[in-house]
Amino acid sequence: MLIINCPYCGERPEIEFRYGGEAHIARPADPSALSDAEWTDFLYNRTNPKGKHAERWRHIHGCGRYFNAVRDTVSDFFVTTYKTGEARPDIEESAR
Amino acid sequence: MRPDAAAEAPLQKFSGFALLRNALGGHQNWGHQWRNPAPKDEYDVVIVGAGGHGLGAAYYLAKEHGITNVAVIERGWLGGGNTGRNTTIIRSNYLFDESAALYEHSVKLWEGLSQDLNYNVMYSARGVLMLAHNHHDVASFKRHVHSNRLNGVDNEWLDADGVKAFCPPLNIKSMRYPILGGALQRRGGTARHDAVAWGFARGASDRGVDIIQNCEVTGIRRGANGAVEGVETSRGFIRAKKIGVSAAGHTSVVMSMAGVRMPLESYPLQALVSEPVKPAFDSVVMSNTIHAYISQSDKGEMVIGAGTDAYTSYSQRGGLHITTHTLDAICELVPQFRRLRMLRNWGGIVDVTPDRSPIIAKTPVPGLYVNCGWGTGGFKATPGSANVFAHTIAKDAPHPINAPFSLERFRDGFLIDEAAAAAVAH
Repeated sequence: MLIINCPYCGERPEIEFRYGGEAHIARPADPSALSDAEWTDFLYNRTNPKGKHAERWRHIHGCGRYFNAVRDTVSDFFVTTYKTGEARPDIEESAR
Repeated sequence: MRPDAAAEAPLQKFSGFALLRNALGGHQNWGHQWRNPAPKDEYDVVIVGAGGHGLGAAYYLAKEHGITNVAVIERGWLGGGNTGRNTTIIRSNYLFDESAALYEHSVKLWEGLSQDLNYNVMYSARGVLMLAHNHHDVASFKRHVHSNRLNGVDNEWLDADGVKAFCPPLNIKSMRYPILGGALQRRGGTARHDAVAWGFARGASDRGVDIIQNCEVTGIRRGANGAVEGVETSRGFIRAKKIGVSAAGHTSVVMSMAGVRMPLESYPLQALVSEPVKPAFDSVVMSNTIHAYISQSDKGEMVIGAGTDAYTSYSQRGGLHITTHTLDAICELVPQFRRLRMLRNWGGIVDVTPDRSPIIAKTPVPGLYVNCGWGTGGFKATPGSANVFAHTIAKDAPHPINAPFSLERFRDGFLIDEAAAAAVAH
């Protein structure tokens, strides 16, 4: 089981959290201006990298708040966690 | 026999006579089952990934479409990915017409596969029973039964006593969620997963397909017109007119080499087996609600499927609390198994689509085809998927069976929303 560092509550076991998928996917400001392909990309396509992945987690059985994390999807090691609204930390993109 | 000598030897057909002859020779003269060639400079078709789906596609390309200048390129060893890691369950009791057609195509191929390949894949139609534990399950499974039967797929409803009669080891009453009934597909069952990869490899190699193991694809080269030119590999550049990606959990990684973003996320899915015991469980039993599925292998191990982890990962491990949760359910479902010791557990990486249905399709890149998104339930579809993927590559157009399983369905809103795809909560 992973130990996850909630930026609001500190380190807690994984079962207190709910996974929220890839982070930093902003809803388009003007959806009707998008082509079907761009809307599909927003809705369905995901980076799914083998390596560093910026992702959302929710501390559902704690503070209940969403936050972001950068995790290595090969080792499941959490590089860092940070509050929603903060920019993605400058961590080098993973190699394949 | 030296490997290069084996490469020249003609394929031996398996038969009662061959078995007798080799028995008299002390089983010292069985040849190699497939060649182990060095890659050529150019192929008509390169398949990326030598799992059951990829090897099967190469087999059907050669057998049904006469395309034999084919290579199957594999990073590890053939059948070493999800083909060798799954719980070997076969069934076709899917709700929607599109899915029923695809999976039923596969079950029909399973029924004759050992004869077709001259290789025993040990398909065992022992029946797959899906348990209902609450009112919603009962309503949902009855709907599945009706839908399946309209599609010509066998499925029948059993009440609680019928469930107990079909599978006596089950505890149907003294549990948190008692068993109210179940949907039974008698033609469902299991097969020997390794034999499927080996049988397709043998059949494809015999027809001229090169299977190249320990060869990692590191890039997909595209020409000025956007079409594929070949694959960069750890053993050099291999030119290819067409490329079929059949890379399961690593599909996003491979497709990104061609600049194609995929509607996929990769998750670890775990399974485990018990110590081997005498025959004690003669069917396949699955439960969505308490999340467990179990069957007994021919070696005697109880084969148990757990769930996916909550987060995307390529770690091939998965959290222990996921397997613990499944074992809780198994112990309640079959109390006599409480004293079984678990021998091994492992994880595989499964690629999951937003609608839990696969993608077998052309891509926006000319000459690039993809077979992916099988999520937690790809084994059952191996021959059917390979068969229609080969058709798609050979004709540069999908077979009617896989036409709905396109990439464009996400753009156009024609999702095939099989939330029950693995019969367990995803």
